[in-house]
Amino acid sequence: MKRILCAVAGLIALGVGAGHAATLDDVKARGALNCGVTQGLPGFSNPDDKGNWTGIDVDFCRAVAAAIFGDATKVKFSPLSAKDRFTALQSGGIDVLSRNTTWTMSRDTTLGFNFAGVMYYDGQGFLVRKSLNLKSVKDLAGASICVQTGTTNELNVGDYFRTNNLKYELIAFATIDETVKAYDSGRCDAFTSDQSQLYSVRLKLTNANDHVVLPEVISKEPLGPLVRHGDDQWFDLIKWTYFVLLNAEELGVTSKNVDEMVNSQNPEIKRLLGSDGKYGEAVGVPNDWVVKIVKQVGNYGEIFDRNLGPATPLAINRGLNKLWTQGGLQYGMPVR
Amino acid sequence: MTDARWSEPAPTRRRWSWTDPALRSAVIQIALGIALIWLAWSFFANAQANLARQGIASGFGFLDNSAGFGITQTLIPYSESMSYGRAFLVGLLNTLLVAFLGIILATILGFLVGVARLSENVVIKALASAYVEVTRNLPPLFQILFWYLAVLAAMPNPRQSWGFGLQPLFNFLADSFAGIGLAPVSSMFRALAGDVAGPSVFVNNRGLVVPRPVFESGFVWVVVAFFVAIVASFLIARWAKARQLATGQQFPVFWTGFGLIVGLPIVACFALGVPVTLETPHLQGFNFVGGIRVIPEFVSLLLALSIYTAGFIAEIVRAGILAVSKGQTEAAKSLGLRSGPTLRLVVIPQAMRVIVPPLTSQYLNITKNSTLGVAVGYPDLFAIFAGTTLNQTGQAIEIIAITMAVYLAISILTSALMGWYNKRVALVER
Ligand SMILES: N[C@@H](CCC(=O)N[C@@H](CS)C(=O)NCC(=O)O)C(=O)O
Repeated sequence: MKRILCAVAGLIALGVGAGHAATLDDVKARGALNCGVTQGLPGFSNPDDKGNWTGIDVDFCRAVAAAIFGDATKVKFSPLSAKDRFTALQSGGIDVLSRNTTWTMSRDTTLGFNFAGVMYYDGQGFLVRKSLNLKSVKDLAGASICVQTGTTNELNVGDYFRTNNLKYELIAFATIDETVKAYDSGRCDAFTSDQSQLYSVRLKLTNANDHVVLPEVISKEPLGPLVRHGDDQWFDLIKWTYFVLLNAEELGVTSKNVDEMVNSQNPEIKRLLGSDGKYGEAVGVPNDWVVKIVKQVGNYGEIFDRNLGPATPLAINRGLNKLWTQGGLQYGMPVR
Repeated sequence: MTDARWSEPAPTRRRWSWTDPALRSAVIQIALGIALIWLAWSFFANAQANLARQGIASGFGFLDNSAGFGITQTLIPYSESMSYGRAFLVGLLNTLLVAFLGIILATILGFLVGVARLSENVVIKALASAYVEVTRNLPPLFQILFWYLAVLAAMPNPRQSWGFGLQPLFNFLADSFAGIGLAPVSSMFRALAGDVAGPSVFVNNRGLVVPRPVFESGFVWVVVAFFVAIVASFLIARWAKARQLATGQQFPVFWTGFGLIVGLPIVACFALGVPVTLETPHLQGFNFVGGIRVIPEFVSLLLALSIYTAGFIAEIVRAGILAVSKGQTEAAKSLGLRSGPTLRLVVIPQAMRVIVPPLTSQYLNITKNSTLGVAVGYPDLFAIFAGTTLNQTGQAIEIIAITMAVYLAISILTSALMGWYNKRVALVER
């Protein structure tokens, strides 16, 4: 019933919502950013028992709040299931969706969204029981597979098994908890989602050590924040918040040294930190926006390490998510 | 507006005045109508403008695009490369299946428990009361998850399935029929026993797997025989009624009908040399192949819906029976009717008048509550269409509108059927 109500509420919002597009003004007037996240996915967006949110997707929204208000805490997080997330953004319930969402063409066009960047380059993988002794995804012929509905994952499985002429049974659940419980109870032989998420799902199982993530990935899953079509100023701000996080890392600006870096003579750093030019104003926020972001949230590398790095239970290798200068794909457009 | 005074010539002294109730109500109704139309129009126009501004696709063209996702339970052939429209049909049939079976099970269970609550036997009465209290007071979502997770967890995996052999049963039936001299029936069961050597019914955490009957072409005649029997029984019933009205003589309508409906297809079956074999399921890799599998998502949803709703139906039935005054039973007894016919001919028909209207709401509740199946991954209309399809296409307005229309249609249809039935059982005052 709650679900029907949510959907209907979204609909009504679409029908009666005021049609003006100045999201930034709305956010400033409201005094807080409305940010859509998951219902709990450690490393990406996860509430602890006191209701404090952590994760790279959470930190991205904090960075946006730091840019607008100079205060990273001015964010209201809305937990959304994979299925409800798009309606929430379309209807204006949230200002930005930062919820490990794959950048796909239909979402970027007909669904009415703009993707601002890729916070995490991922691919779809499979979690299985160790005792099955599987070597490859192809060994899953005839298997039952649990997936969360409304994801790219549920479509990719279809493509993959069909192209390889393998039979399978797909059981799709609405929320992550239901999916994990069904897999844990033995209803499915495999759990599939973006590979990074499998590591955190594994930690939720009764006996994490009885399960392994298969090495293969079957798809490209570039995960990043997105906004509604039709508000270029807001889109610019979200997009450039992402780029400056990368540029800060590339230029060695960290939360610890940003106060000294403000005095740096390096022209790139000067433009980034606002001592030269009016780049903040260009996206509608104060010129020292990057100082506020980096000081309160850190640069991209710091965000990654804090939430997913070797010191965390997930201990994910940066891999593709290294900076381009270190052989990865993360590449911040120049501030100039 | 239906006020009759409008069609009559106005009394001469009547003036247009706000104190005239007919005029007042007409003005208010017209104003309300205009406001409603304006509201609907502005909702529609605003939504259109918002969609266009955000560049969101609209229209119903998406129904032809390929769906791309797999579905666990499909009553009609379906594959990922088929359209969203097809996925919609698959979801609709799954909803109708669980709602229909849920209504039947809940009705049977509800009537039994309702009658049991009025029983003279203290133990039966207490058990029935406990059933009603427990099932009515636990939220249906909780009950669905209970059957799904608690019961699923207790089931073995496919490799360690609990297997049951049907061969001993068929052999036993074959022997018994041979014993009473029905050789052809006996040989049919002997043949079926041959089809199912070893275990052939399996229970595991992937569901219940049973042999699938494979019909040869001659089987249509068995089906034809079945329908012929139904029509024949109906005609016999009419004839018997007419005869009873005319002559007062009774005819065993029920047993003749039963004999025909069961017997005629069996006779046809033998005449055709038993045109059916059984395909037994077997384990291959992760799951069973062959046979028919009933998925646990379906079982848990069906059980939870029937058991939950039966609690309410039981109370409705009890209230209905109690509403028939004791004098009716006493009058029937004093006319010499036995207690069976008293219940069947006097009490139940009068109780039905009280039972049917609230029963209809329970049937509607089953259909609506079936959307809770989304929690256990049951692929009903709501999960497939208002869930997955909406999410993949982003066309919220169209999809929610279609979904609401479908649930509304199912509800109206159910109400209409029950309304028709209610008219038939309603007291005809003479
Ligand atoms: N990247 C995929 C899948 C994202 C996704 O929703 N993954 C699930 C599976 S682990 C998840 O994060 N669930 C968390 C939640 O629903 O709260 C997409 O955008 O469609």
